[in-house]
Amino acid sequence: MHTTIDEAPDALTAAEVWLGEGRKVALATVIETWGSAPRPVGSQLVIDSDGNFLGSVSGGCVEGAVITEAQDVIAENQPRILEFGVADETAWRVGLSCGGRIRVYVERLS
Amino acid sequence: MDTSILKAVNAERRARRPVAVITHLAEGRCQLIREGDAAPTGLHEAVASAFRTGKSVLVEADGQSLFLNVHLPPPRLVVIGAVHISQALALIAQIAGFDVEIVDPRTAFATADRFPNLSLHAEWPEQYLADAPLDPFTAVAAVTHDPKIDDLPIKAALDTGCFYVGALGSRKTHASRVKRLLESGASEEQIARISAPIGLDIGASSPAEIAVAIIADIVRALRTRGLPAEPG
Repeated sequence: MHTTIDEAPDALTAAEVWLGEGRKVALATVIETWGSAPRPVGSQLVIDSDGNFLGSVSGGCVEGAVITEAQDVIAENQPRILEFGVADETAWRVGLSCGGRIRVYVERLS
Repeated sequence: MDTSILKAVNAERRARRPVAVITHLAEGRCQLIREGDAAPTGLHEAVASAFRTGKSVLVEADGQSLFLNVHLPPPRLVVIGAVHISQALALIAQIAGFDVEIVDPRTAFATADRFPNLSLHAEWPEQYLADAPLDPFTAVAAVTHDPKIDDLPIKAALDTGCFYVGALGSRKTHASRVKRLLESGASEEQIARISAPIGLDIGASSPAEIAVAIIADIVRALRTRGLPAEPG
């Protein structure tokens, strides 16, 4: 699969491989951005139930929180929408230091 | 998204065909759309725009939130001619995210020494294209100056609708090229699509500077896809 500096590696290809290996997998997708978000709408992160992940939904600012939420999504099999931004109380922990805001859709793949 | 849709999306991407997934956010339901498929009611414009621009988008239709995630093939650059400009162009294009292929039947030019770690084809463009057909997400830059090598892939790129077709050469060289292409059946509209002299006019002088001008031209073509560039 083609990779580029800002696009490597490829979450959807990994998701298919991981599902084939019998792993429980969630997919997180940036569905909306405001301001200077680090990754464009459509950027994806794939997560398994052991916390392995591949891809990105931000420049590394909120991946940790998304991976944690993804565990619940895998367990409950219910998609959810997460929102991150500097307005969050948690800004210093998982906010976007660039000042942007993003919404991330997390779904289980099955 | 269920596995069958995921597999179908990945298959389309591997085949370098545009594909989109529409997700109904409230229900979690997904639908795969190929370019040219009938879009769901109310989404025709959004789907067409996403395929044109490659930009994924959240849309509201019938009071529902739908996310339209579009996957366009990664852009590819086929450089006809393993010349000095191509050495710089191949490196710059890779950094800019393009898959790069170099084609030149002249074995003195097409050597691994001159193009280390690059996909290099020491064969006639006709042979190369038989194995690796062009597609609309491919740019073609013909830089040999030699009609025997350049003309066929230029015509093939125009017929395929490659998003960028550039040809190196002076205005005089290009005028004779245009004459030959018209004789071989190219339309005036196709001729107008050729970027010649190749590259943005930035006063480039050295081979590396000309490579910068060419990649800038290609990026502009990719990001506007036939529409005027947005200001700023």
